[in-house]
Amino acid sequence: MNEKSFTILNNRPIARSVFELTLLGDAGISAPGQFVDIRLPGFFLRRPVSVADWTEEQLVLIYKLVGDGTRALSLMEPGDHLDLLTPLGNGYDLSRMPEDPLLVGGGIGIPPLYGLAKTLLGQGKRPDVLLGFNDPQEYFYIGKFRALGLTVKVKTGGYVTEIMPAGRYVASCGPTAMLRAVRAMAADGQFSLEARMGCGFGACMGCSLETKTGSRRVCKDGPVFESEELLW
Amino acid sequence: MVTGSNRLKTSLGAIELDNPVIPASGTFGYGREYKDLYDLNILGAMAFKGTTLEPRFGNPQPRIAECPGGMLNAVGLQNPGLEAVIHEELPQLAKYFHKPLLANISGFSIEEYITCARAMDQQPQVTILEVNISCPNVHGGGLAFGTDPAMAAAVTRAVKEAVSKPVYIKLSPNVTDIAEIAAACQEAGADGLALINTVLGMRIDPVRRIPLLANGTGGLSGPAIFPIALQRVYQTALRVNLPIIGIGGISSARDVIEMMMAGADAVEVGAANLVDPFACRKIIDDLPREMDALGIETLQEIKGAALCQEK
Repeated sequence: MNEKSFTILNNRPIARSVFELTLLGDAGISAPGQFVDIRLPGFFLRRPVSVADWTEEQLVLIYKLVGDGTRALSLMEPGDHLDLLTPLGNGYDLSRMPEDPLLVGGGIGIPPLYGLAKTLLGQGKRPDVLLGFNDPQEYFYIGKFRALGLTVKVKTGGYVTEIMPAGRYVASCGPTAMLRAVRAMAADGQFSLEARMGCGFGACMGCSLETKTGSRRVCKDGPVFESEELLW
Repeated sequence: MVTGSNRLKTSLGAIELDNPVIPASGTFGYGREYKDLYDLNILGAMAFKGTTLEPRFGNPQPRIAECPGGMLNAVGLQNPGLEAVIHEELPQLAKYFHKPLLANISGFSIEEYITCARAMDQQPQVTILEVNISCPNVHGGGLAFGTDPAMAAAVTRAVKEAVSKPVYIKLSPNVTDIAEIAAACQEAGADGLALINTVLGMRIDPVRRIPLLANGTGGLSGPAIFPIALQRVYQTALRVNLPIIGIGGISSARDVIEMMMAGADAVEVGAANLVDPFACRKIIDDLPREMDALGIETLQEIKGAALCQEK
């Protein structure tokens, strides 16, 4: 982890209440599923945001307007600077995934799965993709997943598990209720969790989670956990 | 002319510190998350995560909320328990930290305080026992001992009798008169005081119509409480004659200077570490510059400077 200033290249709405933020610079991301913690002028706590895509030159973050902090972020413009702690957390462990994992994302849980899909393809693996949205106004990145050449199924409203094949190895991110339903149908998998964080780097114990192997910090030991480690 | 690093020197009783900056308990763990960011031996000292006799997971989620100028936490003294801290955490810490160490301890009975204090007292790397009688986030412990002068004195006396190292009592601002509690601790033999712990507060989720923190209430920290902390240190310094560690919302070199002018001998930096993991290093780096700008040669000369007119 380090603290680094990034210049905003682009900050635009891509769906209702959903923004795509592109930053210039190398965030040092080493695995899909990692996140960054953004300092916002006028707000005390940083905002943890998962990484959707990255190169050594650019970082793409997708965030949802949920409160005053993300609203302030949405008003920032190209050329503005943002102070980030990056990279944070442990991402998905690709070495444990089969040749054809099923990526299941719900709403604002979808972004890290895009980076995961690209990384898997880079390793010659071929994931299937299942995306859930509340309604069509919230659609984003469906085309970008398809542009990778992947089969993408979309569930609008209801439960994504209604169209999910059972018995697959999954990599999932989304609301807790969705993760539980996905896990119940999956053979095995890795799940990215969300939590209210204080620091984002393991110091404050604000996001602690009880697991089968004891207390774990969502920010430092996660946010991605193996299915068998979690107390469902 | 005092030169270089001597300008920042301070002391807590007989214990010399290279500078007054100490990461506060509960915001720095055991230093592990910070040690790769900078050499922790630049710090004046370190206060590690509060230890209880038994392991504690702490409170349910969510434990963190934000507010203007600060944050609320209701972590609830999560820690691996006395045995694990001594046998696992402290040996690790010894590898990368060689400065004075404050062992922060909490209890749910006077016996638990004594057991923790005695065990920590026997650890060669522990310099000071920081006795927390002010955690607002656990029920039946912590703060229960810190809101009544007689109870505060009883804990202080019991711990003092059990140990040989200096005992600092960490006080709560959530009382009518903090100086009265401080005086009771002095009377009972405390070697020093650390104040303030967090200020009780809460937020409500207006959509769900329930408190935002699962614990209901939490402890407010961050710049929002700096003026409160400063006043409590000032008020306490006027009343007692003990070394004081000033704590509460400190996030800049200027805050450190104000806190020392209010009567603090050293400071603990808490919430600032969580939003800027380099906060302590920046404050230490900034102090000489800030002192130059204010015409201060050494920190020694400003201790309690603002108290003079009243004393």
